[in-house]
Amino acid sequence: MPSIFRTRVQRAAFHRDHHRQSLLDIYRISSSTSDSRAQTIDDTPADLILTALTPSTPTSSSPSPHSSRLYSSSTEVLLGITGKDFTIVAASKAAMRGATILKASDDKTRALNSHSLMAFSGEAGDTIQFAEYIQANIQLYSMRNAMDLSPSATANFVRGELARALRSRKPYTVNLLLGGYDQITDKPSLYWIDYLASLAPLPYAAHGYAQYYCLSILDKHHHPDITFEQGMKILRMCTDELKRRLPVDFKGVLVKVITKDGIREEEYADDHSVACP
Amino acid sequence: MGSPFSINGGACVAMVGKDCVAIACDLRLGMQALTVSNNFPKIFPYGDVYLGLTGLATDVSTVSDLFRYKVNMYRLREERPISPQTMANLVSSTLYERRFGPYFVSPVVAGINHTTGKPFICGFDSIGCIDFAKDFIVSGTASDQLFGTCEGLWEPDLAPEDLFETVSQALLNAVDRDALSGWGAHVYIIEKDKVTKRLLKGRQD
Repeated sequence: MPSIFRTRVQRAAFHRDHHRQSLLDIYRISSSTSDSRAQTIDDTPADLILTALTPSTPTSSSPSPHSSRLYSSSTEVLLGITGKDFTIVAASKAAMRGATILKASDDKTRALNSHSLMAFSGEAGDTIQFAEYIQANIQLYSMRNAMDLSPSATANFVRGELARALRSRKPYTVNLLLGGYDQITDKPSLYWIDYLASLAPLPYAAHGYAQYYCLSILDKHHHPDITFEQGMKILRMCTDELKRRLPVDFKGVLVKVITKDGIREEEYADDHSVACP
Repeated sequence: MGSPFSINGGACVAMVGKDCVAIACDLRLGMQALTVSNNFPKIFPYGDVYLGLTGLATDVSTVSDLFRYKVNMYRLREERPISPQTMANLVSSTLYERRFGPYFVSPVVAGINHTTGKPFICGFDSIGCIDFAKDFIVSGTASDQLFGTCEGLWEPDLAPEDLFETVSQALLNAVDRDALSGWGAHVYIIEKDKVTKRLLKGRQD
């Protein structure tokens, strides 16, 4: 791949001195307490060094399943549902910074090509930087080859870039959902990728706390060949449950649909109130 | 978070029989206690040689992609398929290249050497130390349980059908005692001129 889109080099130079010291401290602390193998920081993700080599903390002290830097992204909602001939991707509209909501109409998605859409959550700067880097490269591929990369090829490319960054000095803290429609096989697709670059093709998926509320609903109601209307009905059940149980207001969701005709935004009313038990 | 080896969960086992080998894995992908996918196979076929990878899911994908590239390049260069023994040494040296920043995986290799006709299995730690075994190899979060079930069920010179039953029971009963593994299994029975892949449903809880 060409280097014209790789603006990370400049950032790398800027951050080098700041991070080198703190990571070396981490290594020094961890290596003295490690139980077995010595490791250096060179190729290991920073938070993996921590988890791998520092003495394990009691599980009761870490309520979040994510690393501590991810807690704000846990309240961001990403949902994906596939059906007979469509993929629905929903992303919360609140742009949050700590306890403050900066914007209530945020679009956490980017169209990669005519039939694949990426939704993202995670650390503020990383998300858009990574998403637009991917978007640019996928679009470049379409221009050079006069054909689009398939959703599965796109997913594996994205995973590769995220995995490469994971073992760099400053990994991207970004969770992704990749919704697409494969025009060759005529099948909808959905890929779940977390910030460690774990890739899973799934019929329905969620990121953050939405997983705990929505996956059980989807387990019960989802079927591989549901119609679009049924899909929207299940999405409504999910967002209602999130409204009911999430402690923060995520300002509703932006819904995008990928079909054989391409990507479109779907009207989604969220002005009704939800009864709470 | 605990160790990177147990964030996503998963289990893999390989066994030797009479003129055959078996390799099997579970299908779970999780984040701690939350199951994200129940269709995440951990065995990757490279021609005649089979590689099982448990551990951190991102590294399972990265390492399997890397070996697909390396084994394809080997076959093109040498104009012959890679043998299990050569594969074992390739895995070992590739992992040791990352000695001070390892891939968090515990690989298992299984196959039949087509020159000698002998079955071959081996396992590795994450930095490439090879564990040659005459009987069975276990890896993953259910490895303790697998040691127990394999030790109890395995016997020498099992025929392919008996080996399938043994490896399946060993895996299924081990992952049912492990919260991070399970949700179905893939079982490969490799004979000289035939490979049988079976999908086991397993408990869905």
